[in-house]
Amino acid sequence: MKLAGMLLLLAGWGIVVSAVVLFPRPMARALFVLAGLGVQGLGLILAFRSGARLPEGGK
Amino acid sequence: MTPSNEAYDLSLLACVVLVAMVPLALAGLVLMNTGLGRTRSAAHSMLASMAAIAVAALVYCMVGFSWEGIAGGPAHTLMLAGRHWDWIATAPFCLRGLAPGATPANLQVLLQVFAVGLAALIPLSAGADRWRISASCFSTALLAGWTYPLFAHWVWGGGWLAQLGSSYGLGRGFLDGGGASTIQVIGGLTALTVVWIIGPRRGKYADDGIAPAIPGHNIVYVLFGALLIVPGWIALNAAGAILFAAAAPARTPLIAINTMLSAAAACLAALIITRIRFGKPDASLCANGWVGGLVASSAVCAFVSPLLAIGVGLIAGGLVTFAVELLELRLSVDDPGGAISVHAVAGIWGLLAVGFFVPGQMLAQVIGVATLLGVVLPMSYLLNWLLDRVHPQRTGSEGERLGMDLHELGAGAYPEFVIHNEEFVER
Repeated sequence: MKLAGMLLLLAGWGIVVSAVVLFPRPMARALFVLAGLGVQGLGLILAFRSGARLPEGGK
Repeated sequence: MTPSNEAYDLSLLACVVLVAMVPLALAGLVLMNTGLGRTRSAAHSMLASMAAIAVAALVYCMVGFSWEGIAGGPAHTLMLAGRHWDWIATAPFCLRGLAPGATPANLQVLLQVFAVGLAALIPLSAGADRWRISASCFSTALLAGWTYPLFAHWVWGGGWLAQLGSSYGLGRGFLDGGGASTIQVIGGLTALTVVWIIGPRRGKYADDGIAPAIPGHNIVYVLFGALLIVPGWIALNAAGAILFAAAAPARTPLIAINTMLSAAAACLAALIITRIRFGKPDASLCANGWVGGLVASSAVCAFVSPLLAIGVGLIAGGLVTFAVELLELRLSVDDPGGAISVHAVAGIWGLLAVGFFVPGQMLAQVIGVATLLGVVLPMSYLLNWLLDRVHPQRTGSEGERLGMDLHELGAGAYPEFVIHNEEFVER
């Protein structure tokens, strides 16, 4: 799961950089940068979840 | 700076004095790290810090600087959509390209020798009580020889993040005068990867789900260290702003004021929050809040007014107190010194604050933060994971039982406090 988190972080960065290169219009660029950040947020959640201990009784 | 007259010499002299004060920040951080660890690992913490600073300085000068270079120096570029993306410098190894004398380039190297040492100290705090000295030295070599210089080139060496302004019209490009990203966030994210790889201290997370607090052994070290950091940090922020963000030396007093105000506001925010939440102020969280304010100030101090610096510090102090609890109790990240919260979380907040308060700067700052999370964090994790395969980073169970002082050094920091015969081992 940590590997998946890291890949999502990298993919989110790819979206952010692609937005800068591909979209000259500020609004489209900002939206895609936000989308990239969202993907990175998912990656962070996955990476942290893989290390977190589940509450008692959790599987 | 442009060489023109006596003012140029005075600026260089001011920079020399400022850079020479930066080691105070390292000394303060070492004291804090040691005080926040256990008694039985105090000498280990101090020695590991010295070793990390030494390894960082040597590796950076031998290898790292050649990847970082200086703005306008030789570099590899990629052509992407008709624009050059400067991604890595190609300066000669072993500092062979530097001219003698007090040139700005030499001062940049000297400042970064201290800066990379400061970055190397941050993971030591998170790996306290269980990270072997040899492993921390190898990890520091990876940090100083690759991760730090690569990102520092992008920000300070004229790389693609610095060029976002000229290439894509994103403000002035990614701004970070005092090293909030290059030093603090990189150090904090490396600390996170180290904790993920070596795991929590033995007994930190019990099977019943309770995470007992393991308090630092000397809060006087911690608080004195926090005070000692301030002059070094002011010097770091001022020298960084002059050498890397083209700030005029005359801005040094304002940078110092902003740095101090941010730290003060952050400390008070932590004090008030812990007083409200726990009934009494928490000294270690206040010290961490103080440093969190300094970390956030590194990003903003050259670009905002004193009032805004106070606001940035207040939020940084609050963020640190909540992030420490979130990481420790909810996410099972055992970070004895709070390094990840103080350096990564507060650093990212400072970088984003530049975007909030400097017009037209937000997108460039967000791209910089996304690069830290999307490139630096995975790369640091991969490097430390590979290192762990080759050279296990965590000490054995015997080391944790005896304490790192006795296990790795053969003697404790406070021999008169030894009360168990079993703690004596053959050297």
